[in-house]
Amino acid sequence: MGQADKPGVPGRLIKAPENFIDAAGIRQVFAEAKAGRRSFLRNAFAVAGAAAAVPLVAAQTPPGGEGDPNILQLPEHGKGLGQPVATDGYGKPSKYEANVQRRQSPGLTQTAQASVSFAPLQSLFGIVTPSGLHFERHHQGWWDIDPSKHRLMINGSDPGLLKKAMVFTMDEIMRLPPVSRFHFIECGANSGMEWGNVAVPTVQYSHGMLSCSEFTGVPLRILLDLAGVDYRKARYVLAEGADGSSMTRTIPMELVESGEVLIAYGQNGEMLRPEQGYPLRLVVPGVQGVSWVKYLRRIEVGDQPWASKDEAVHYIDLMPGGLHRQYSSTQECKSVVTTPSGGQVLLDKGFYNISGLAWSGRGKVKRVDVSVDGGRNWRSARLEGPVMAKCLSRFNIDWVWDGKPALIQSRAMDETGYVQPNYRQLREVRGTRSIYHNNAIQTWLVQEDGEVRNVQLS
Amino acid sequence: MSSCPERMKRWLLPVLALLLAASAAAQPRDLPGIGRAATPKEVAAWDIDVRPDFKGLPKGSGSVARGQEVWEAKCAQCHGIFGESGEVFNPLVGGTSADDIKTGRVARLDDKGYPGRTTLMKVATVSTLWDYINRAMPWTAPKTLSTEEVYAVTAFLLNLGGVVGDDFVLSDRNIAEVQARMPNRKGMTLDHALWPGKALGKPSKPDVQAQACMSHCPTEAAVASMLPEHARNAHGNLADQNRAVGAQHGVDTTRPAGAGSLPKPVATAAPVAAKPAAPMALLNKYSCTACHAVDNKLVGPPFREIAKKYAGRIDAEAYLAGKIRSGGSGVWGGVPMPPQSLGEAEAATIAQWLKAGALR
Repeated sequence: MGQADKPGVPGRLIKAPENFIDAAGIRQVFAEAKAGRRSFLRNAFAVAGAAAAVPLVAAQTPPGGEGDPNILQLPEHGKGLGQPVATDGYGKPSKYEANVQRRQSPGLTQTAQASVSFAPLQSLFGIVTPSGLHFERHHQGWWDIDPSKHRLMINGSDPGLLKKAMVFTMDEIMRLPPVSRFHFIECGANSGMEWGNVAVPTVQYSHGMLSCSEFTGVPLRILLDLAGVDYRKARYVLAEGADGSSMTRTIPMELVESGEVLIAYGQNGEMLRPEQGYPLRLVVPGVQGVSWVKYLRRIEVGDQPWASKDEAVHYIDLMPGGLHRQYSSTQECKSVVTTPSGGQVLLDKGFYNISGLAWSGRGKVKRVDVSVDGGRNWRSARLEGPVMAKCLSRFNIDWVWDGKPALIQSRAMDETGYVQPNYRQLREVRGTRSIYHNNAIQTWLVQEDGEVRNVQLS
Repeated sequence: MSSCPERMKRWLLPVLALLLAASAAAQPRDLPGIGRAATPKEVAAWDIDVRPDFKGLPKGSGSVARGQEVWEAKCAQCHGIFGESGEVFNPLVGGTSADDIKTGRVARLDDKGYPGRTTLMKVATVSTLWDYINRAMPWTAPKTLSTEEVYAVTAFLLNLGGVVGDDFVLSDRNIAEVQARMPNRKGMTLDHALWPGKALGKPSKPDVQAQACMSHCPTEAAVASMLPEHARNAHGNLADQNRAVGAQHGVDTTRPAGAGSLPKPVATAAPVAAKPAAPMALLNKYSCTACHAVDNKLVGPPFREIAKKYAGRIDAEAYLAGKIRSGGSGVWGGVPMPPQSLGEAEAATIAQWLKAGALR
């Protein structure tokens, strides 16, 4: 039994989004993955003639002779009195849904205050992420800030860039005419652990730094207009948070001028959750989550970018040759199949609906294709409405599983014509040592026994 | 306009309407009662950012020697005496050379054999270090360093990386000279299409160009990478992380693949019992885990060590509950633990857990 086989050790397989797996780690995981592939080939393909492990037609025969006791015997809930209204002033999901939770990836970070929790994409329907399941990324722990004491300041890095620096209360911001828009938010490091090789088992950990909400707020432009910003000179905006990390990010003024950047207080019909920046956060559609500054306290307009920590040390992309790409912000077109997905098991042969999510930081999703043979042949999926710009889109496609191994993939295309690349195409340009902005096509292997595994193809 | 031919009117009017609409949008809206002017003191209190051209940098200075004192008192717990520790965060120092300072490019960023990337290997602008230390450090008490201390700590960090000498005093007057010695000052490129504005770098086409082939596509449908068997349960039991009803259920990863790991076709969804507030949940809730881990030393001692130290003490529970609420210093070194604002019952729960051995 090698060191790696001891219980407890595997939890250290993956590192923080900002902590790339080191070269030794890559070699180890890759070697083990290859060993795993050999045993996979033995187990799955070499015994192709053996009887399938999946119990067949069991669900189609009524249990017991006369019929299903769930039908024949009246249940308690049909014969008794249920719960009264407002037992729970703020309702919760069914107790049978307790498995649907945000989760941390073990060993990803050393401290829970600068960490990530992943949204359970494998269990969600449609395009909206319930606010309580929205992924979290904190840089110095979250706070529940008293909105009556929260302030937003607007100033300039040079006083000549605007008529006057201003201060707003939450009451004042909420008096302004609001807009509500659906947008996805994705961490730049989403899927970042998998640049070099497979590192996590399920779509929750591989793609769960992704969520989508209806955000309500005020276009930032309205407040900049009020402060008399000189848009000819002030081509950049710095957003700054009020928590300990005082997160800062540079945003191009074009996005603000277009009216799409919001200072938001509402999310899915209620106020923002504290984990999402209550009472005020920036919404920057199409741009990686780190720019959606939480606990927003200040907007500075300027004539140069700021090179703040999270645009100069983290969230930079290491290219072959050793150069880093800086200020890389747009989330390019991407998609993933969420059901079936890694860590799940198909219960029987027969009909299934393959479902997943597609999105693009450059606009609307135009088309999603699905393959069940590892990318050899593709069919276009049904794109469910509404399809909105810089928002998640849900796709569905019929599939009859014949019980043989299958490699399921999805490939999205956006309205600019950009096509989601596979790993080979992505790595040819960007190498394997980056962390951020991995939008490669995901592959799920359905084994003969129905178990679904996360895999990458050569 | 009366002489204006009808034909001309047809295109002129819509254009005029558009121009009017555009100018209306560009005008500041009249929003009486919304917002007020910020006072100079208010702006000064919050406007703390420092740019690469050092706009925003306050006057001041700090020596490497002073920086070492501040570092050992306030930074070394997390970052190591030499900025090399990866216990809490990625190492800050290491991987740069004197040659890098000459070239402005960190050679090891192109060395696949080098195990990781430190902050000094990546950061191109010294303002970034100064700004971040000033706004967000120390980790558990951000914005408590004086301007002089920020200069001093920045100087010490640069000294650890060989960027400045042992006798160096960093100040607002010489920081530009330090910028000219940053090991990776030429290591950044803006030549990409991921910046959603025009003012920075060149707008260019996406670098990765894929095609949407539909049938008989060239592909390498061989599995090259998958999780090794020993990592099967590394993320916990996946059966508990999936909905217990639906077309797919979760795989029981507590069992080896194939050995009864698959759920029965008609599974009875059982509600998961709600657990009482566990000590670990309280430790997370009150951010104790920002400084303490169960087994290893972070800023403070490991919980296991605390448990061991007081194992023989008869009033351990009351003593620990009191310490949690009152804070203290000197028992485990010079770093003080601030008083924690949690209830007596909650402090007692944690103290009981510590007394029982701090088991997970």
